[in-house]
Amino acid sequence: MSGYTDKIREISERLLKEGTAEMVIGFKNGTMPMMNEPCFIRKPEDAGKLVWDSNCGINLSNYLTDRKEKIAIVAKGCDSRNIVTHIVENKITREQLHIIGVPCHGMIDRHKTASMFDTEILSVTEQDGKILVKTKDSEKTLEKADVLQKNCAVCTHRNPVIHDELAGNPVEEQRDVDRYADVRGIEAMSPQEKLNYFDGLFADCIRCYACRNACPLCYCPTCFVDESRPQWVGKSTDATDVKTFHFLRAYHCAGRCTDCGACERACPVGINMRVLTKKLEKDCLDNFGWEAGLTPDQRPPLDTFKTDDPEEFIK
Amino acid sequence: MKVIKIDKKDWPGGLEKLSGNYRLFGPVKDKDSHDFRELPKGKLPDFDFQNTRLPAKSLVYPQSEAMFEYTLDESQPDHHVMKAVKKDYSPRAVFGIRPCDAKAFVLVRKNFDTPEYKDPYWIQAYEASTFVGLACDDPHGTCFCTSAGCGPFHEEGLDVLLADAGDHFLAKGLTEKGQNLLKAAGWTAETEADIEAMKKAAEGKISSSVSTDKLEAKETTALYDAPFWEEQAFACLNCGTCTYSCPTCWCFDIQDENHKKSGIRMRNWDSCMFPLFTLHGTGHNPRGTKMHRLRQRFMHKLKYYVDKYGAGIQCVGCGRCVRLCPVNIDIRKICELMNDYDSGADTCAA
Repeated sequence: MSGYTDKIREISERLLKEGTAEMVIGFKNGTMPMMNEPCFIRKPEDAGKLVWDSNCGINLSNYLTDRKEKIAIVAKGCDSRNIVTHIVENKITREQLHIIGVPCHGMIDRHKTASMFDTEILSVTEQDGKILVKTKDSEKTLEKADVLQKNCAVCTHRNPVIHDELAGNPVEEQRDVDRYADVRGIEAMSPQEKLNYFDGLFADCIRCYACRNACPLCYCPTCFVDESRPQWVGKSTDATDVKTFHFLRAYHCAGRCTDCGACERACPVGINMRVLTKKLEKDCLDNFGWEAGLTPDQRPPLDTFKTDDPEEFIK
Repeated sequence: MKVIKIDKKDWPGGLEKLSGNYRLFGPVKDKDSHDFRELPKGKLPDFDFQNTRLPAKSLVYPQSEAMFEYTLDESQPDHHVMKAVKKDYSPRAVFGIRPCDAKAFVLVRKNFDTPEYKDPYWIQAYEASTFVGLACDDPHGTCFCTSAGCGPFHEEGLDVLLADAGDHFLAKGLTEKGQNLLKAAGWTAETEADIEAMKKAAEGKISSSVSTDKLEAKETTALYDAPFWEEQAFACLNCGTCTYSCPTCWCFDIQDENHKKSGIRMRNWDSCMFPLFTLHGTGHNPRGTKMHRLRQRFMHKLKYYVDKYGAGIQCVGCGRCVRLCPVNIDIRKICELMNDYDSGADTCAA
């Protein structure tokens, strides 16, 4: 995927020079293995800062919300779907954007990779679909498929759905992927088993809200957990309040979540909260044949209605 | 100071003895990482870690803590009267705390224990604790303690310093509390062994650093107005990861939680990264953007604290915020920017 870097730099330099964009939003090299930092550049001569590799898992559409400039943005498949959602929800206009699409090969799961080694990882490099990990006392080559973020492993929209130009040739989409095996596993549980499962899932949560804040859908001026008049949720680490936060946040993402995985990637304590949003994604697919962010011409199912709705109460 | 040799075969027995007089706490591995927990009887602290994922801060200063309880039932004579919640401040021994987390308590104490204000919860929990530190012989690449007023064998804030010497620990009883604990555990064998060489070797392994020498002389308003903040804040998500994982962040919020006719007054950690932290009743927010909030965090740690206490930066170099930040905002980089910043103000004046 490293070939993308040159192309992204070339495009960005051109766009800034010709004035098509006032800023380019992309990634720059981070200070740690498996970490790149979202960044912006405003000058053509800074284009050399931009990079692209398998450590660009943060969803950049999150940085578009309510901006007023003309922006060029680097977008992989899921980012592009969230850009569509942003356009539909009036958080940015299509006219402001120049989308540099990146056909995606999937991102490295930094939590999983770190957990595969007993000692600190000093560097992670990628070549020809293999991942070379160096620690203080070992070197190991991993198959990329074994360290993909869980959402990337089941992704069916790797190519940007909306773009002005591409930084590389489209990739083949994954077919016959079973996206919901984990959700079906939970659906099959008894109520008590579900409760135990969710208690365990969120036991480590420190309510830092990294999941919410990394999510491009979570742009409310005041989140329901921050409301104080009335106060909907307690602010302590009480298990019920913690679960209330996660469950309600997931419901607010129903029909809008693109399963970009930014929430899980951001979590400092490794909580797999995607199972909640995936359940709602599955329900939207089953009930409405809907996948979020594929077209700017249609509103998400929970923010519209149809006169031929099968439910009596809505007519 | 005399050094005590503790054979590892005598370790479980010593802890067993201590469990009669102390509540024992230590690092426990859960899934992929270590965090501090109270140790059930017979459970040994697990020392096979570089550092715990979250700091030892919560042992003294829990993320959520009930302060008072009350009833709103007006048929009760004591309705609407705040009553202290009973707490357990019996002696506790904390094993395996790293020197950075112990030094952090010394920094935080400047806030919670002053001649003017004394935080009863923090002080009582702190004073009930005996900290048995574990020196670092395998620091992480993001550790920069030696340039942050601390070090892998730093003793400030500890009652006992343990160094792992293979089949035994070398222990220094640094305070009366620490010496009492060693005695109570039956660990009394003195040795001529010296831990200085181990200390030097460990310090040599710290590969990362910050420069702080010029922070104090900087003009506060010039740093505040420095042009680099917008770029540094861009990636920031304004989550609480850095503050909650920081052993020296101390801010809290107080909330009444009512359930039907009874309630508790809680205090919960708060974070300067959250917009709500500074939101006024009027609706005005003096730190209205994420740039304001990110700047506040670094200005507090690296400038305001430096100026107010004259005791260095409000950071012990544990590197947790660097390791855990979802978008790789790195205090080492920002500290360098601040330390090196030249506003050009002097040149103009000349």
